[in-house]
Amino acid sequence: MIVAKRKPMNEIAEMVAPYKNITVIGCRSCVAICLAGGEKEVKMAASALKVKNRKEHRDQQFETLVVERQCEKEWVKEVEDKILGADVVLSMACSLGAQTIADMYPEKTVFPGLNTGFLGVPEEQGVWSEKCVGCGDCIIHLTGGICPVARCAKSMMNGPCGGSSNGHCEVNLDIECAWYAIHERLKLQKRLDLIEKVMPPKDWSTGHYGGRRTYVREDARLKQHQKKGKEAVQ
Amino acid sequence: MKAGSNLEKVFDQGLFAVTAEIGPPQSANPEPLTHHAKMLKGYADAFNLTDNQTAVVRLSSIASAFIIMREGVEPVIQMTCRDRNRIALQSDLLGAAALGVKNVLCLTGDHQIFGNEKGAKNVFDFDSITELSVFNQLRTEGKQVGGQVIKDPPKVYLGCAENPFATPYEWRGARLAKKVAAGADFVQTQAIFDMGMFEKWMDDVRARGLDKKVHILAGVLPMKTAGAARYMKNKVPGMIVPDHIIDRMKKASDPKEEGIKLCVEQIEVLKTMKGVHGVHIMAVAWEDIVPRIAKEAGLLPRPSFK
Repeated sequence: MIVAKRKPMNEIAEMVAPYKNITVIGCRSCVAICLAGGEKEVKMAASALKVKNRKEHRDQQFETLVVERQCEKEWVKEVEDKILGADVVLSMACSLGAQTIADMYPEKTVFPGLNTGFLGVPEEQGVWSEKCVGCGDCIIHLTGGICPVARCAKSMMNGPCGGSSNGHCEVNLDIECAWYAIHERLKLQKRLDLIEKVMPPKDWSTGHYGGRRTYVREDARLKQHQKKGKEAVQ
Repeated sequence: MKAGSNLEKVFDQGLFAVTAEIGPPQSANPEPLTHHAKMLKGYADAFNLTDNQTAVVRLSSIASAFIIMREGVEPVIQMTCRDRNRIALQSDLLGAAALGVKNVLCLTGDHQIFGNEKGAKNVFDFDSITELSVFNQLRTEGKQVGGQVIKDPPKVYLGCAENPFATPYEWRGARLAKKVAAGADFVQTQAIFDMGMFEKWMDDVRARGLDKKVHILAGVLPMKTAGAARYMKNKVPGMIVPDHIIDRMKKASDPKEEGIKLCVEQIEVLKTMKGVHGVHIMAVAWEDIVPRIAKEAGLLPRPSFK
């Protein structure tokens, strides 16, 4: 899931200060699970803004709503009138949701209410941790199901480095050393041979470094977009 | 001969090698480098020029190497993967070799969080082991990572670091084996204070036959105060300083002298250890002490191949 956290309220208040009618839109997907932009958080943000609004004698109206998945146009379309009726939209979804609205309604100003953090998982109540950076070439079958690209501070392919201290990362001693964990896991599985060989340089071109990515599934596209014959093969 | 460096010749002759470090200044002034080069010439076989160590911005290691070479002192340039991708690393290797640099130490590099530019975007396109393998391929086959074959490949002697005191301890020998497989000619270890633990690591290294494949320079670090010893024990991840060493520094009437004595004693032990082919003296911000330590540890005179 995408893990995000709310921007500081002062920053949000400053962004929306010049506007009168503000639509705050949350999302019921990832950001609801990570308690950043679900129903409850949207209401809380709006009431905090209202309080600030009264204190500073601004005349602002806040409309709050939550969509199923803000990164999908179909769900956003359902609240189109609320978007078009507002002076400004405050998105309480991840950056993908905010950008979806911004791209669909280019004449509208959309503000991000959240800082989008990472691809991660809920570890326990109230704790989320990063586990993937979307490099586009998964190698965790070689590393005991633990991603060194995301979980090692230096994205090492042949760790652990000399700073692995009692199984913790030198960059943050509260965090486990990914390569220590990989070693322990593979030892348990009697597969240490997997990391005995020198891992070759990683090809980063499948990741963001190769430029912005789009994935196209020709077979899944609607007919009018589908390429035919030779064109499809290319 | 891979590069014909002074250091390589010392090892080739089966002599006990000595390397030390010169920390480049945090300025554009070459004078501290020339000063140290003049002062340290003849007291070690080659000198490491650190590459923005602990992620603090300093005069570049390649430029520093060039400056000390003008004084007739042989450099080992450190090249970390933190600040340069494969294009820059390969380019700098060609450039350094063209300037006459013959020893290169491949390092992953300290994370920028420890330095004075915490907001920096790091690179880590490689780690030290992939860097070694890439440089090794470039020097032996003239082949770049991307496959392009070049004329006049760099003739370099390749080194690496290894820390026997980082976890998991049982993996450290295996990790050195990877570095050797990747092309390391020599290895400088993290500073050793726990001699027993180092012996254990060396047992593993010898059992794997690595001492026959790579020249091991054991790292020593002279301390000035008991506070420094305590700091390294408590604050530097991957460093082990036993309490008896801290006690000894604490009880000493002259801690500086005790630190020198301790370092000399450590070198004496390391000189007799099977598979150890030299020492690497890391007199961090205390370069002036290297001649005295080298002398008292019986490491002088250094061989000359002129």
